[in-house]
Amino acid sequence: MLYHIRLSITYDYDSPAMGGRHLLRLLPLDIPGEQEVTAPLLAISPRPTERGSFTDFFGNPTEEMALMSDHSKIVFTATARVNRSFAGPGDDVSGPLATLPAALAAWRELDGTSPHHFLHASPRIHPAAPMTDYARAAIKGARSVRGAVEALGMALHRDMTFDSRTTTVDTPPDEAFERRTGVCQDFAQVMIAALRGIGIPAGYVSGFLRTVPPPGKPRLEGADAMHAWVRAWCGPEAGWVEFDPTNACLVGADHIVVAYGRDYGDVAPVAGVLRISGKQKSKQAVDVIAL
Amino acid sequence: MEKKAPGPDALPPVLAGYQPLPGISDELLDPQGQIRPVWRGFVRHFAGLTPEDIGRRFARGDQYLRDAGVFFRQYGVGGGSTERAWPLSHIPVLIEEAEWDKIAQGLMQRADLLEQVMADLYGPNRLVADGHLPAALVAGNPEWLRPMVGVEPRGGHYLHFLAFEIGRGPDGTWWVLGDRAQAPSGAGFALENRVAVGRVFSDLYADAHVHRLAGFFRLFRDALQGLRADSDSRVGILTPGPLNETYFEHAYIARYLGFMLLQGEDLTVADGQLMVRTVAGLKPISVLWRRLDGAYADPLELEAQSRLGTPGMVSALRKGSATMVNAIGSGVLETRALLAFMPRIARALRDEPLILPNIATWWCGQAKERAHVQANPERMVISPALSTRQPFDDDAAAVQGNRVKPDELARWLAKDGANLVGQEAVTLSTTPAYVDGALTPRPMSLRVFVARTPSGWQVMPGGFARIGSTPDPKAIAMQRGGTAADVWIVSPKPVETASMLPAEGPYVRTQLSVLPSRAADNLYWLGRYVERTEGIMRLARSHHIRLVETGDATAPLLTAIAPLFKGQGIDPAEGIPKGLIATLGSAIGSAAQVRDRFSPDGWSALTDLDKTARRMAETVTAGDDAARAISALLRKLTGFSGLVHENMYRFTGWRFLELGRYIERAAGMAGVLATLADAEAPDGALDLAVEVGDSVMSHRRRFAVSSTRETVIDLLALDGSNPRAVMFQLDGIRAQVALLPGATQAGQLSDLSRAVLRAHTALATERPETLDSAAIWELRSTVWGLSDLLTETYLR
Repeated sequence: MLYHIRLSITYDYDSPAMGGRHLLRLLPLDIPGEQEVTAPLLAISPRPTERGSFTDFFGNPTEEMALMSDHSKIVFTATARVNRSFAGPGDDVSGPLATLPAALAAWRELDGTSPHHFLHASPRIHPAAPMTDYARAAIKGARSVRGAVEALGMALHRDMTFDSRTTTVDTPPDEAFERRTGVCQDFAQVMIAALRGIGIPAGYVSGFLRTVPPPGKPRLEGADAMHAWVRAWCGPEAGWVEFDPTNACLVGADHIVVAYGRDYGDVAPVAGVLRISGKQKSKQAVDVIAL
Repeated sequence: MEKKAPGPDALPPVLAGYQPLPGISDELLDPQGQIRPVWRGFVRHFAGLTPEDIGRRFARGDQYLRDAGVFFRQYGVGGGSTERAWPLSHIPVLIEEAEWDKIAQGLMQRADLLEQVMADLYGPNRLVADGHLPAALVAGNPEWLRPMVGVEPRGGHYLHFLAFEIGRGPDGTWWVLGDRAQAPSGAGFALENRVAVGRVFSDLYADAHVHRLAGFFRLFRDALQGLRADSDSRVGILTPGPLNETYFEHAYIARYLGFMLLQGEDLTVADGQLMVRTVAGLKPISVLWRRLDGAYADPLELEAQSRLGTPGMVSALRKGSATMVNAIGSGVLETRALLAFMPRIARALRDEPLILPNIATWWCGQAKERAHVQANPERMVISPALSTRQPFDDDAAAVQGNRVKPDELARWLAKDGANLVGQEAVTLSTTPAYVDGALTPRPMSLRVFVARTPSGWQVMPGGFARIGSTPDPKAIAMQRGGTAADVWIVSPKPVETASMLPAEGPYVRTQLSVLPSRAADNLYWLGRYVERTEGIMRLARSHHIRLVETGDATAPLLTAIAPLFKGQGIDPAEGIPKGLIATLGSAIGSAAQVRDRFSPDGWSALTDLDKTARRMAETVTAGDDAARAISALLRKLTGFSGLVHENMYRFTGWRFLELGRYIERAAGMAGVLATLADAEAPDGALDLAVEVGDSVMSHRRRFAVSSTRETVIDLLALDGSNPRAVMFQLDGIRAQVALLPGATQAGQLSDLSRAVLRAHTALATERPETLDSAAIWELRSTVWGLSDLLTETYLR
């Protein structure tokens, strides 16, 4: 599937910000064999005083920029062309959940894709008993790790209501879970907390959804802004499997990956520190056009 | 040979009650009950002192610590904290040089090993890949900071300054109880303990062949200087600020070594280079001795909630623009569970055993180790695996294994094993402490410091001993009533008496450090708050004197000055107004931020004033009582001002302090004149203005007439010879601003210099007849405008 992607994020400040320093993760990720990115471009207005880039711990290309002068508005525009060749994870080759602890104990890698980083609490996602108990109930009867992941994702999709008015970017997953509402970020973070609670390493994926669905299919929820979903480590054979609890589906050609992390904090599209006293407003516009 | 024969070694009376506990080593007595050779001279000396001598000597040490302002911060149950007097145990711990050399060998080996572990954990992770360390202990560890993985330290070394907590076991051998690699504290306190104990035993210390500490600090200071990118670049000490438990030490060490004391907001990153915001603009800094926990150093890439850090710090380190002492992320080396793997790691990485063993530790995430802990509960303390606290600092979370029922212990270990370690219960040796008039054995552990220098690790010959308040070894934490003692490493030969001065070469006056903007800001506001305090005092005193005279709080004169109180948030009906105490509190708050630039005397004067004012506020009533109390406070405040004026070096910081005082006094006096020398002001207002302006004598001398509006305006606004007059303040502002960095640029005046000159000229050309209240209010706004411009130019 070939896409043209355009994302713009605008911040308006009531009182001018006295300079700012940001980390940006806005462009699609190049994943060999799954997702090929051409002509990536990230424009920033006003023009930053400094700009650079590095690859973060989890393998995400990260732009860093600093704006020394006062500014009351800043606009980030990312455009790219993406060939998404990945169509889905294929057959379930994962083992039973009971085999996972031994597989993890035998796993001796600590690079950014190692499951070990995704098993414990992370700054924004702490497993908690209510979500763990819910997960245990939801995966009853599942025969494999991936089966459990899918069962949990389907259950959350069934029990949680998509509602953009009830949560903010900083709502912790246990709160969103208690109210059973939220947006894609909340769906993803609740599912991650629940998976970690039952011992399945789980991470956060930020990305895009195609804006206009294929003929005859419904429009996916979350296509008007950046989207988020979950990836779970299903054992050494199956590896990482991605699931979108907001849309109750395994991730395939309609999803485009931007960044991987333990939670939102690792992949925040615009992270950064501003010396600002007043309020700020932000808006986001996304177009993902199938070519 | 008979062992207990009376002779020269018979215990003197001072040791009559000294009885080490069975099965525990004692520093002073050997297992046969004989005084160890290294202690003989000390005991002989001490035995010759009368209780009165001892009391006088101890008081001398305590007095030194009070005068130097040494304190520690004790945290209460409610989350608050208070500054407490430094709990010095006056009897030093004596260790023979030969024994110390063995300890030093072991610690240098351990320092090298920790460097290798650090390089692996933030590099290739071979220890995990090869099975020497479980992945979970690294990946689940909050001290392992992922953004630092792959960031190679500038200069090649991660670790430069370490501390080790060591203790002596029952068999007499030394054990490492914990590694301190994050931001080890205590070296400064060790120095202060040394000075204090040196005064207690001044006659003995001089010739007792005790190794001096200064040489260690000199070598480390030179090593840090040597790490700089170039000679223009600077070394700083990065502190979390005055609310930190060991801030005093940060300020003390900064003063002692001559390094800048910096907080996160003093720093910024420009073009990948770490810079200090100073009053002379951004200046490069290439070495930071970090006393701030690494995770807080950069809110952008590390702990996002941190208000103590510098955005972009990690990026600057990634680009190799600065050396961090120690590298951010070194806190992971303090992980308790790591102790379980160190013997094995030493063999794997260095192919040698540990010279000094560490306290036996079993990580319960492994079946065999878990079973061992479960089978030996009576010897085990079970505690969180990832804790970075000292064994004895973690009382709340640590559980003696046999306090839990066996089946509960089994369930607990099975369920939560990966988060737990079992550690052999600590048994520490005892050392003499002076308790209720006698030497008494108390448990002790030592903190020893090692520093990297170009010629290898240096071990401080001495250290910081914690002494228990009871025979229970768990009670040696200072937060739990433990005390601190000096450590004397005693040589059989005379020792080198080093000082901090360079050993050879011609004398060079050292370059003054640049002034960070935040420090300048605090000095400026210290000046302003102190002056504001004085203004309030003078006004309040005059109010209370008039109140006594008229007996009527609504008399016209008192009504006339009411707006001046209101403008400062003062209720004049209070004897010592709360607003006065609050202003003084703000002055102390500013001073607390710059204690490294401030003499201990000045700090004592200010806190003494504060204490007195608070005490008075409880009892003093309006009227005569208040007038007299405030006079006493004014005298104390003058004492502080005198110290500043007479003793403070005329560096840039002093100029900001003076500018704060000039600006506050100019604006304050303008307010008084505009209110009390107004055409509409009631009778007596002019005399009141002269009194508040402390110029009664000057007025009498200059004008042989009673006060008129013109004489008062002339004396308090226009007379450049009167230190209370507005003109005098503008003279001062003009002189100081001209000496600030960037006052003129390429022959042109800066905006601030221009504004000051304009204000100065305007007032200098005024006449008393034309300077009416409206003009004086205008003058006051001009002064505030200068303050804004000064802030904009230098303090932001």
